Amino acid sequence: MQPYLFEGDEHAELRRQARRFAQERIAPQAAAWEEAEEFPRALYGEAGEAGLLGVGYPEEWGGSGGDFGHMLVVAEEFVVAGTSVGTTVGLGSHGIALPPIVRFGDDAQRERFVRPVLAGEKVSALAITEPGCGSDVASLRTRARRDGDHYVVDGVKTFITSGRRADLVTCAVRTGDAGHAGISLLVIERGTPGFRVSRKLKKTGWWASDTAELSFDECRVPVKNRIGEEGAGFAAIMANFVTERLALAGQCVAIASLAHAESIRFAQAREAFGRPLVGFQVTRHRLADMATRVAAARALVGEGVTRYLAGDARPSLAAMAKNAASDACSEVCDHAVQIHGGMGYMRETLVERLNRDARLYPIGGGTREIMNELIAKSY
Amino acid sequence: MKILVPIKRVADPDNANKVKVAPDGSSVTSEGLEWKLNPFDEWSLEAALRLTENAAEKSRVGEVVVVTIGPKDATQTIRQGLAMGAERAIRVEGDDAQLDAWQVASVLAAVAKKEQPDLIIMGKQVVDGDSNVVPQYLAELLGWPALNYAQSLTTDAEGKTVKAQRELDTGVETLEVDGPAVITCADRILHPQAVKNGVTPDDFTYPAIEGGRYATLKGIMKAKRKPIDETTVGDLGVEAAATVQYTAFELPPARSGNTTFVESVEELVEKLHADAKVL
Repeated sequence: MQPYLFEGDEHAELRRQARRFAQERIAPQAAAWEEAEEFPRALYGEAGEAGLLGVGYPEEWGGSGGDFGHMLVVAEEFVVAGTSVGTTVGLGSHGIALPPIVRFGDDAQRERFVRPVLAGEKVSALAITEPGCGSDVASLRTRARRDGDHYVVDGVKTFITSGRRADLVTCAVRTGDAGHAGISLLVIERGTPGFRVSRKLKKTGWWASDTAELSFDECRVPVKNRIGEEGAGFAAIMANFVTERLALAGQCVAIASLAHAESIRFAQAREAFGRPLVGFQVTRHRLADMATRVAAARALVGEGVTRYLAGDARPSLAAMAKNAASDACSEVCDHAVQIHGGMGYMRETLVERLNRDARLYPIGGGTREIMNELIAKSY
Repeated sequence: MKILVPIKRVADPDNANKVKVAPDGSSVTSEGLEWKLNPFDEWSLEAALRLTENAAEKSRVGEVVVVTIGPKDATQTIRQGLAMGAERAIRVEGDDAQLDAWQVASVLAAVAKKEQPDLIIMGKQVVDGDSNVVPQYLAELLGWPALNYAQSLTTDAEGKTVKAQRELDTGVETLEVDGPAVITCADRILHPQAVKNGVTPDDFTYPAIEGGRYATLKGIMKAKRKPIDETTVGDLGVEAAATVQYTAFELPPARSGNTTFVESVEELVEKLHADAKVL
């Protein structure tokens, strides 16, 4: 696996630490957790103790320091060495839930919400999508009516990663009129009367990650849990998107790298017609095409991250990286299944699972079509 | 308290297929190898760090100095030790593959005389050469007591007297030694309550992990700024000649991969005797 061009010595050492954690703490149970559709909650504490949840967050709030590039390589090691995409994304749900609090919250909120999550003591989730509202964020309907020192929240959120176990949910609500100017962010805590997990959702992939529908019924949330000004929620959500999309693109590169490596291993060991599969030109070329797709996606994701780290955050480039990487991932995983033949269709085979995980990426974090709209608007 | 921890890099056993012998059998080639810290050294470093910190307050109360003998690119292994929490490092320029145990012990003795640590805590052996004699040579050269295979270590806050437990076939032996001394550790030293230093509260429980602590990103960044003294065998005034000559290396024969299932212990013994010829 080639490191990204933006990486230095400390990324290499960080990768070693993350790899060791993934090999020891995730890989042995990866298949079992995926089948059980859950990983132990204690894993958050272990990852927090190892300082891995805090990568990319300021030390002041319990983070380990570093930047988005460090975060990306930790996630890559979790996928490649841990071999459970569901566990990686479940452990990483704070990657979308916390940044608005770090960026736009006040110190009291950072102390209450950011620190315990980075220590792995609490689980966090981001809730934007609703049953009737996905990509069109500005049309969300979950209502928050002001009543003295509280907001009274009514509505439903769905497809919430870590939703069932979340102790705190960074939630987009409508505090004002229709349109984006009427949206605010509230942190809603587990145990608040009126907040409940209405159901656990069954998915195509990402099984080990808990995904839920949440409902709010006359749920009273203190005004001090509002992140930033009233009506400033839409901008805070948008500010999250570049890194969220680059992170998803990075996961695609990691999954595709893993599927490629698994395919090489299989093609060297499996024999047909008296020779290993890699002895056939058709297999070698298929593997070469897969390697090329991964390298191209890695290069574009690397450019997006490098520019972002240099202060040049480009939503259209992040969108391109996400589309290019999710396409590469889907294609490489499909090839990987084909190389594995009948075994590629069996639940016990890693690439069977990766192929299902891959289907999320042209949808989650902004669909392929929304990415293309962003790209089309940029020139 | 100041503790000297000798460390050495070894070929990553997860990539053991990359270990190759030179065509003429004169050496093991190191090209393309991925390195990691010798596990026994990693446990000893963990023990040394526990003895010199207040774990409850996450603060350092002593000094750990790691020392290695190796070429420039062994610096990566040193940085790993510094990232885990050691204060500083010493690298003695040398080809670690060419030195024998007596030379290694002589170099470490010279470093110890210069550094004057309260303790030396080190791996009982390195997983590549597996000699398991350097700690004993070193203690002899320094005239210090040697305490091997400690499974627990307890000091008071001053750290001058160390109480250690060793697991024997017949039970657990408890020893007390006044520093300076050379100590080697068994894997049980990683038990969450195996090391007590009179500073960290006695009821403190370390996380149960296989191996030493994870280096955090913060530790990794800090390690880049920590001092590494570079010196040479000559500068240290060591003139020890090799007492062991390596004459040839060869890889073990490839395994056949054949598996035989047996129904009973009798059949197993019979096959080990008649077929495998190991009994």
